[in-house]
Amino acid sequence: MSQDQKSTRRLASRLNWETILAVLLVIAIAGGGFLNQDFLTPENWSNLLANFIEIALLALPLSLIVITKEIDLSVASILGLSSSLLGLLWESKVSMPLGILVCLLVGAAAGALNGFLVVGFGLPSLAVTIGTLALFRGFAYVLLGDKAIADFPAEYTGFGIGTIPNTFIPSPFALFIILAIVFWLILHHTTVGRRIYAVGGNQTAALFSGVNIGRLKILLFIASGAISALAGIIYTLRFSSSRADNGTGFELSAIAAVILGGVTVQGGRGTITGVVLSLLLIGILNNVLTLADVANEILRIVTGSLLIVSVLLPNLIASTSERWRVRQRLKEIEKIEAVSAAK
Amino acid sequence: MTKEFESPPNGPGRLKAFMRSREASLFLLIAVLTLITTVLNPRFLSPQSLKDLMLNVSIIALLVLGQTIIILMRQIDLSISSIVGITAFLSGTLFISHPGIPSIVVVLGATLAGLILGGINAALITWGKIPALITTLGTLYIFRGANYAWVHGRQINAVNVPGSFLAIGTATLAGIPILTWIVLILLAVFAIGLRQYGAGREYYAIGSNPNAAVLAGINVSWRMATGFMISGAIAGLAGVLWLARFGTVDATAAEGIELGVITSTVVGGVAITGGVGTVVGAVLGALLLSVFSSTLVFLRVPSFWQQAFQGAMLLLAIAVDAYLAYRHALRSRVKWSHV
Repeated sequence: MSQDQKSTRRLASRLNWETILAVLLVIAIAGGGFLNQDFLTPENWSNLLANFIEIALLALPLSLIVITKEIDLSVASILGLSSSLLGLLWESKVSMPLGILVCLLVGAAAGALNGFLVVGFGLPSLAVTIGTLALFRGFAYVLLGDKAIADFPAEYTGFGIGTIPNTFIPSPFALFIILAIVFWLILHHTTVGRRIYAVGGNQTAALFSGVNIGRLKILLFIASGAISALAGIIYTLRFSSSRADNGTGFELSAIAAVILGGVTVQGGRGTITGVVLSLLLIGILNNVLTLADVANEILRIVTGSLLIVSVLLPNLIASTSERWRVRQRLKEIEKIEAVSAAK
Repeated sequence: MTKEFESPPNGPGRLKAFMRSREASLFLLIAVLTLITTVLNPRFLSPQSLKDLMLNVSIIALLVLGQTIIILMRQIDLSISSIVGITAFLSGTLFISHPGIPSIVVVLGATLAGLILGGINAALITWGKIPALITTLGTLYIFRGANYAWVHGRQINAVNVPGSFLAIGTATLAGIPILTWIVLILLAVFAIGLRQYGAGREYYAIGSNPNAAVLAGINVSWRMATGFMISGAIAGLAGVLWLARFGTVDATAAEGIELGVITSTVVGGVAITGGVGTVVGAVLGALLLSVFSSTLVFLRVPSFWQQAFQGAMLLLAIAVDAYLAYRHALRSRVKWSHV
């Protein structure tokens, strides 16, 4: 092997997905600042971070679920259900802390239903969560119909739109930072995290090495339900509005962020760092496009394309490098054959 | 040894097999539901409400044909609603920009457009090796976003569309709407094609065991690509018929109907795990859901319950399928233990 080839291979191994995302992020920030002078202001960053807080929350547990080779499409519906429930409870004079607690519990129960159907019946999570996507959103409509509830207490909505004192960081975003650290610790520094990778990498092998796969998956779905409900509460407080259709379609953005973050649907791969970087990247992209007055429908196209391209690109790179390797190998064989024929 | 395989059922055996089939139980459920609703509200079986029922179910039933092929292959196509939306608006635009254009040209044009959009899905899935879920979730938003950008707040109205074309969505032939006739003819084509032809059987083979399908010499990528193109073309046809049925089309046309289509298909006995099910069952599934939602309307249940019921039905259907498969596996294990 030549020196040249060795150095390209070393470069390729260092060029992992997180590095690519980090470089893209720097380019996006620089580009955003260059294109629009409002971009790098604290007010805009406050806005930018606040705007993707719900999707960022949904993406954290979803990453873990996708790493175990399952999927949860019902997250946005649980968000809507929790938002509607919070509104209904507040309207019927239930105190805010109790209402929030009930919402979180209902979210956890919704996640438990997903987990139970997937694990207990051995059903594919894709089909189950398409079903519960309709079911939970349906419950939200049953609770609120087409009503909207808006008169939430000021101290709570203040938390929704406020910032951490003396910074531009929105207060709900602090919750995301804490949860991201918790998920990072769990996935990368505990045995639970190793089990999550083990289940996604090879479920049979994980089973034989004593992983309680069922319990692990149910717990992940419960976490996903509870955090989706939390996202629903934050959405409600941020916009001071409880409606049955809140957050419709957020599952796409959450899945796009997870996949762009380097988590593969084939399971067993991906990191929280990658997902956080991709969330920031998507947030910045949306912000830059909004500042540039690009219409909402273009944002949809961009998110959809990001989802596809983030899978397509690594696939193309892998197949091209595979083809290149095969061609190199063939050349070497030809060379050896030529030498031996000359002898 | 010769008795190891059951001989194909004939005569009374065949009747027995039919009675135990998913189609028969769906038929029974539909009959019971119709009976109950008619007793509670005799208007349910009036010619007008029957016609409405047939019209309501037709477009979903049409889309179910394409989705059946997809789910048989253990894949999923979420993008159909966006293809319906784009082709519905495209059809209207064709009528406006080319006054006097024959309806058949518009129908073919919309179907072709659907085929091309389905071809994009197919290319990404088979050559780009992106899972169908990711691909079609992405194109669901890309196609719809493109549609919004193109439509830009405009709207097609019934006055822009020739009356002869709108008749497809309203006129009847022998008491059955023309729209429903189109679906019935295509249903027959798909039922025979999937049952009697090699190409049709290959869809089942891919879904039953993808590796075995490769070993059996099936060109899996190509077969899969044709499935997504058929699904797209069907969605294109559904788009032009959507215009004929409703007359008005804006950028939101058909948004969200993929849920109803997938639910109908799975309730109709097409297993989400692939390889099992028929188009007749799937269309009966669509009919069952449609009758069920009219029942809710006739019983004055608020329409907000619809979506929750739809989700519950889907969950029930996949749970029943899993239970049946489990029982089947248990029974065949007992049978083999005697050998």
